[in-house]
Amino acid sequence: MADMAKAIKNHETDNVATVFDVVKAGADVKVFDKKGNTFVMKVSNDIPYGHKVALVAIAVGEQVTKYGEEIGVATKAIQPGDHVHVHNIDSIRGRGDWSAKGAQ
Amino acid sequence: MPGFQGYVRKDGKVGARNYVAVIPSVVCSVEVVEAIVANTVMTQGIIHHQGCCQTPPDLERVTDCLIKICENPNVGAALIVSLGCEGVDTNRLEAAARATGKPIERVNIQELGGTSAAIAAGINAAQRLVMAISGQQRESVDMSSFVMGIKCGASDTTSGVASNPVIGYVADKVVDLGGTVIFGETTEFIGAEHILQRRAKNPHVASEIARIVTEMEDRAKAIGVDMRKGQPTPGNIEGGLSTIEEKSLGAIVKSGTRTIEGVIGYTEVPKGKGLWIKDSPGREIELLSGMAVGGAQVILFSTGRGAPQGFPVVPVIKICGNPVTFAHMQQDMDVNAGLIVDGTSSIEDVGEEVFQQLVRVASGETTKGESIKYTKSMDFYCLGPVL
Repeated sequence: MADMAKAIKNHETDNVATVFDVVKAGADVKVFDKKGNTFVMKVSNDIPYGHKVALVAIAVGEQVTKYGEEIGVATKAIQPGDHVHVHNIDSIRGRGDWSAKGAQ
Repeated sequence: MPGFQGYVRKDGKVGARNYVAVIPSVVCSVEVVEAIVANTVMTQGIIHHQGCCQTPPDLERVTDCLIKICENPNVGAALIVSLGCEGVDTNRLEAAARATGKPIERVNIQELGGTSAAIAAGINAAQRLVMAISGQQRESVDMSSFVMGIKCGASDTTSGVASNPVIGYVADKVVDLGGTVIFGETTEFIGAEHILQRRAKNPHVASEIARIVTEMEDRAKAIGVDMRKGQPTPGNIEGGLSTIEEKSLGAIVKSGTRTIEGVIGYTEVPKGKGLWIKDSPGREIELLSGMAVGGAQVILFSTGRGAPQGFPVVPVIKICGNPVTFAHMQQDMDVNAGLIVDGTSSIEDVGEEVFQQLVRVASGETTKGESIKYTKSMDFYCLGPVL
């Protein structure tokens, strides 16, 4: 247990956690929540230090949640254990429904 | 009910420290201020670099900031060191300082015949002020008298996930105990304004949040710089931040989860209890000054790479999210939130520890920065050109 890679889930509703180790595909990661409760999950890709892992399946267009807030939407179907980054999620900034006039 | 031991002032505010603030009305008085502070105890120089050859709004702003420093409850008395021909309205400054009911003295360099004469007169004046306030004792008060500033700087990938959430935990706790929390760094709201707006007390506060972000951006655009371009940066992306929302939220998470009561300007103090946004830039020196101007007694400061800053009259508690940095920079770091990324502690457990330390520091315990006199990171945030 001491050597298992660690990840942090910041909020109960988060569907991603941040990994604080360099993790190889197929390795187990111990995910800690805010209170220190843990669970173990297998990652399906190599994940660099400080990057995110999906905790549940996230469909295309579905919100990616960290800190209990949206950080973007999935642009590809994401499976639990997948590396979550710019290759499969995108910002929702720039959407006309909230973008201020003139803002980019 | 948790509380702290502080210096109860005549206006009802409570100081975590009992300093004589030695205040240069203008940068030209700084040399005299430094000499006075070097030769006295309990004194702290408010070493800024403003006060002359600025636009009228900025001169008013600097005057307001200096007045608010006198009003900060950590200041028990103040000595104003004036040159004599500066742009700051020293009569307004002195009158407002005296209106606090605190002992106030003033020396004028040109009138006294120069630097060395002003240093001699200033040391004598500072000594009188020290003797006047040094006997005041701390009293028990509850957290409703507490005003906390928060800040993150020299961040890394651990900041958003470990040290900032710890500050968020403490911020919620201070608000729940009836205290006041000020957070700023308007530039770091970009990309997550819509999320902050959802926490606004009412639509007016939500529109104020949008306004200050737009104004901050417009100032960058006016000089041909686009702050949004390339956010997150390639370095951020390499570090694991995927979107601008994620980057901004990593900073905003230190404000906790409670309702945002209102937005205040750089020279203002919160207009009530609870969580307030101060419109301010992200750079340490102006942000820390803005918190002190806002009446903060203690500032919590989150870092990953190792920011060492402290402020002259407000203790700054350093919370380091990166365990490697904490081990390397123990002289500057107060709390090891790196235990969270190590998997040996939780956000809530470190948050409780920080809260206890906050209460101890508010009651007189020395921070690492104070112990080595790293306490001069300050200046006032001005908007116009130097003339």
